[in-house]
Amino acid sequence: MSEPAILVEGLVKRFGDVVAVDGISFEVPPATILGLLGPNGAGKTTTVRVLTTILRPDSGRAVVLGHDVAAEPDAVRNIIGLAGQFAAVDGNLTGRENLRMIGRLTHQPKPVVAERAGLLLERFGLADAADRTVRTYSGGMRRRLDLAAALVHRPPVLFLDEPTTGLDPRGRNDLWAVISELVSDGTTVLLTTQYLEEAERLADDVVVIDGGQMIAHGTPRELKSKVGATILEVRLPDPADARRAAGVLSPIGPAEVASDGVTVAVTVPDAGRAVLDAVRALDGAGLVPEWITVREPTLDDVFLQLTGHPAETPVDAEDDASGSEAAAGSGRSRKRGAA
Amino acid sequence: MTAPTVSVPAPAPLPAEHKSKLGWAVSDALTIAQRNLIGLFRVPTTLVFSTIQPVIFVLMFRYVFGGAISTPGVRYVDFLMAGIFVQTVTFGSVNTGVGLAEDLSKGLIERFRSLAMARSAVLAGRTLADTLRNLMVIILMMLVGFGVGFRVHTNVFGLLGAIGVMLLFGFSMSWVMANIGLRTGSAEGAQAAAFPMMAVLVFASNSFVPTATMPGPLRAYANHQPVSAAVDAVRALTIGGPTTGKLIATLAWSLGILAVFAPLAVRRYRRTA
Repeated sequence: MSEPAILVEGLVKRFGDVVAVDGISFEVPPATILGLLGPNGAGKTTTVRVLTTILRPDSGRAVVLGHDVAAEPDAVRNIIGLAGQFAAVDGNLTGRENLRMIGRLTHQPKPVVAERAGLLLERFGLADAADRTVRTYSGGMRRRLDLAAALVHRPPVLFLDEPTTGLDPRGRNDLWAVISELVSDGTTVLLTTQYLEEAERLADDVVVIDGGQMIAHGTPRELKSKVGATILEVRLPDPADARRAAGVLSPIGPAEVASDGVTVAVTVPDAGRAVLDAVRALDGAGLVPEWITVREPTLDDVFLQLTGHPAETPVDAEDDASGSEAAAGSGRSRKRGAA
Repeated sequence: MTAPTVSVPAPAPLPAEHKSKLGWAVSDALTIAQRNLIGLFRVPTTLVFSTIQPVIFVLMFRYVFGGAISTPGVRYVDFLMAGIFVQTVTFGSVNTGVGLAEDLSKGLIERFRSLAMARSAVLAGRTLADTLRNLMVIILMMLVGFGVGFRVHTNVFGLLGAIGVMLLFGFSMSWVMANIGLRTGSAEGAQAAAFPMMAVLVFASNSFVPTATMPGPLRAYANHQPVSAAVDAVRALTIGGPTTGKLIATLAWSLGILAVFAPLAVRRYRRTA
């Protein structure tokens, strides 16, 4: 394999006494996507800020296409694109003016900038809105423009910090398609996400971080196999029944009573089989559940499995500027299917 | 997913145009200034509101309080307008802080910091745009002043010099406000933080009234603070009388403020995430 596009070794970033990133190491091969998965305040944004030269690392090193982010920040800036959590575009300018501004600031000649802006507006479905002020854009349009702005100088390495947070399902699918296309053209992408589904859909490799530390690294398949393919949830009328249910369900898979005291979650490899077994086991024990549900594992489940605590970590592990991550937590997708 | 079995050549970044470091610093600052000026003209309410307040001040002091304020040897309207001009550029500098705080809270600064652009450009471009904005507001205020009886008693060079003094002072105050904007990080915060400072600078000065009737310590402060120095110079340049010493005083203040606050702001900008 060729030299990695992104290399991170023992990266540490502190804010005062708080260690936001605590010795993270990983590599991203060229033309692949690495998903940096973690809850709010895990250190995802801080890692991206170090890799994009916005913050200097306290120790360890990060290298992008052979350029050290601390030693040669300008060389790194020339070859990276960043689309952050906010759609960082100017509402007073039109879409085209935004792209031209960024193009000029990336030091492209004016004719090239004009051409790239037109091309990107076309590609991102913004051609009709190109000369309207961004103030009038929808959230999805702003996000697309933001990504377009990151691509004006055609960077071979792209950093996307929660690119789909706050997008509707269609906007999310559109963005996923664009990202996949970029990678098939040879771009290397590091994206942070709170959604296991997103990491699974896009990433070749996933790094899971929590409290600034790397707690898992592997392909999405490897990661999911750690958690089990599916979660079977059974709600009982009271905690005593729930504890009994956890007992009778444990032969099917690892069973735990959730924090509400009445829901039992069982990690199972095969949903269909497990539902039948669960119904028999509960019936045999004389337990009547309020409901039974089968769902895909979420980031919460990955976390529960890997760390023994749920993913709801307060945002205090990162500096104040990343507090906006908190707003993203509510949208976590949960696939439910009644069994 | 996209298995890296077939090696796809990474897209080469587009080559940058060749220019010296200084050349790019100027070009980047102009790009940012242009962006800020476009915003200014697209949302003209900001410009309108930044002139309404000084217009009210002109009318209030000229017609309500003016008659009761004695300025021996000088018509009050001529005395007043110098104060109004300097007040206008001083309050105008708050826009620098508010604008930067907005860019910061919207993530624009973060994007700029990830680009290989000059580190000074965001601040230089913003303060430059605000200086041009100040020039427009000064011209508007001058027309209002002429309407209520203000006259220049020196000559056109005096007037141009006075405008230069105002712009330089406004520019230096913009850098003070840039620090406040970058530190507060929200438009409301920047505004709230700026107000007390503005009040102490603008009202405890010789802008609207002669300092002679102020109590001793206040008078001492009012006579020796940067707003008063700028107002003194503008008065000398538009009304007449000894000018050189006053000009030197305000230039010293403005350049001194710049020398301290511009590097502080740039340092802060480099560190802000």
